[in-house]
Amino acid sequence: MKYAFFPGCVSRGGCPELYPAALEVSKRLGIELEEMVGASCTGAGVLQEKNQKLGDTLNARNFALAEKAGLPIMTICSTCQGVMSQAYKRLQDEGPAYLAEINSVLAEEGLEYKGTSEAKHLLWIIVEDVGIEKLRALVVRPLKGLKVAPFYGCYIVRPTKSLDFEEHPERQTSLETVIDALGAEVVDFPGKTRCCGFPILTINERNSVSMVANHTSDAKSLGADAMVTPCPLCHLNLDGYQPKASAMRHTKIDLPILHLPQLVGLAIGLDPKALGLSRHIIPTTRILSKIAVPA
Amino acid sequence: MTLQTTLRVSRFNPEEQRSYWQEYTLDVEPQYTVLDALIKIREYEDGSLGLRCSCRSSICGSCAIRINGHATLACKTKLRSLASGGRHVTVEPLGNLPIIKDLVVDMTSHWNKVMAVKPWLQPQGPEPEHEYIAPNETMLHLAGVMSCIMCGACVGDCTVLQVDPNFLGPAALAKAYRFVGDPRDAAGKERLKALNRYGGIWDCTRCYECVQACPKGVAPMERIMALRDKAIEVGFDNTYGARHTIAFGEILEHAGRLDELRLPIKTFGMFNFIQMLQLLPVGLRALMRGKMPPVFHKPIPKAENVRRIFKKMESKR
Ligand code: SF4
Ligand code: SF4
Ligand code: FES
Repeated sequence: MKYAFFPGCVSRGGCPELYPAALEVSKRLGIELEEMVGASCTGAGVLQEKNQKLGDTLNARNFALAEKAGLPIMTICSTCQGVMSQAYKRLQDEGPAYLAEINSVLAEEGLEYKGTSEAKHLLWIIVEDVGIEKLRALVVRPLKGLKVAPFYGCYIVRPTKSLDFEEHPERQTSLETVIDALGAEVVDFPGKTRCCGFPILTINERNSVSMVANHTSDAKSLGADAMVTPCPLCHLNLDGYQPKASAMRHTKIDLPILHLPQLVGLAIGLDPKALGLSRHIIPTTRILSKIAVPA
Repeated sequence: MTLQTTLRVSRFNPEEQRSYWQEYTLDVEPQYTVLDALIKIREYEDGSLGLRCSCRSSICGSCAIRINGHATLACKTKLRSLASGGRHVTVEPLGNLPIIKDLVVDMTSHWNKVMAVKPWLQPQGPEPEHEYIAPNETMLHLAGVMSCIMCGACVGDCTVLQVDPNFLGPAALAKAYRFVGDPRDAAGKERLKALNRYGGIWDCTRCYECVQACPKGVAPMERIMALRDKAIEVGFDNTYGARHTIAFGEILEHAGRLDELRLPIKTFGMFNFIQMLQLLPVGLRALMRGKMPPVFHKPIPKAENVRRIFKKMESKR
């Protein structure tokens, strides 16, 4: 189980706690990683607004780099994953001329994408490759009594036609499956597959923060102690802008938001500090005491 | 082989202003759609159930509802295609629109928004003697949007409409694209100017809900992205939205990756102190938790390859 690791921009930028947590958890789960050197940002859907072919070329370049190493790609961000999945699908479906045109640009640095290497999110790797039984077996600190709301991030649930849900129906409930395997209780809520609002944060902050307020307070009112997300962009908004959301609603929402590897890491016995749990805007201390772990 | 199905239906009684859930269990034929089942309930079990439909073949657009939490056409959804093989199905009215009764919503705001984008051709110059002629290739890209049946499924699931009723929404914006992209229309710039305002193209979160919901493959979000591109192209490049898109591209081109400190600065403008000050509390909180993105941003190794790809692919457009 070896992957070319694509950490994405945010796990080393706005959410620096995610990167080491993902590395450590992968190691414990037996996922061998070789970090990609020279891979670019996927374009995050923003670049694709202006020039989709340019976006596809950058992603084809990343795929080609992984292909050269003979490895599939592992992502740790719903947005990176979704954008890569969409690019992958287009490169398959648009016909040989499209791929050839893109490859002619890649050829200038000696690269070629043959269409084999594909990207998979850590979440999918856990469910499909590590296996839920193995994950269960690794749990040394079951998250008993902890109520956790899932929050997927748009790009890992839509549009379904680029995400292979037909072939992999388990992907649609993967986050719930993982929460359950870790011993925590799933708090199902309608917002789990909705948008966190991050993409319009700098464009219409009021709308963006309203979305944060809705999701966090909905989950909270259904009893959630925490929310977990496989998307660092959702994390930036749901955690970072929760104080503003609280102010907007004149109430203290106070719902800790965990990255997927942090929740897994807690259950398989990793140190909360090493998982960066002290680096959140909404403190995580209360959930730690709930599962009897010193902060 | 008949199938036993239980439909959990969200009801609303306008006289008493009361909403509640009601369950109906019934035997249906295996090929039944959700609409067939609802009609059977209304005909044989509960004549008070309010629903709207007409063509029963995905043409009229009147039967859009939420099935298992997602907007779609009731007449296009086979019970058996649903999770649990259609044995348990949740049915609700469309979101983001006021409920009149049970599954029937008031579409007035939807129609008003469609009208607001002036959904008619505005050509210039003297009228031709016969019809307006447009070459086939220039119209092909509109085939997708022209298949819109105005069902409102996209509107019902739109993320932004949930928090801001002022947003024009996916259906109206897709309709706007239908005319901005029409080679015979001469009002493109005017149209884009209107769409560039608050509630227009830049307020979409790019969440794909409308793409997923649309039963006709219109992909409204992709039309909105095309409108953004056109707006920038004709010179409307000074909204926060446009500046964000442009800045994102520039940073990526230069460094091969995102720079989370430079992006808001470039979006708001270096000397936009008011917006910068508003960012400050969030930035300070992040700083205190050791969460700040690096101030000195390193480009990826061999970033010149990314620059080369940008140059090539931008010139091809
Ligand atoms: S992509 Fe935009 S228009 Fe479509 S549902 Fe999301 S916010 Fe609404
Ligand atoms: S874009 Fe699709 S979902 Fe929206 S109104 Fe038209 S047909 Fe219905
Ligand atoms: S009844 Fe006409 S579209 Fe469904």
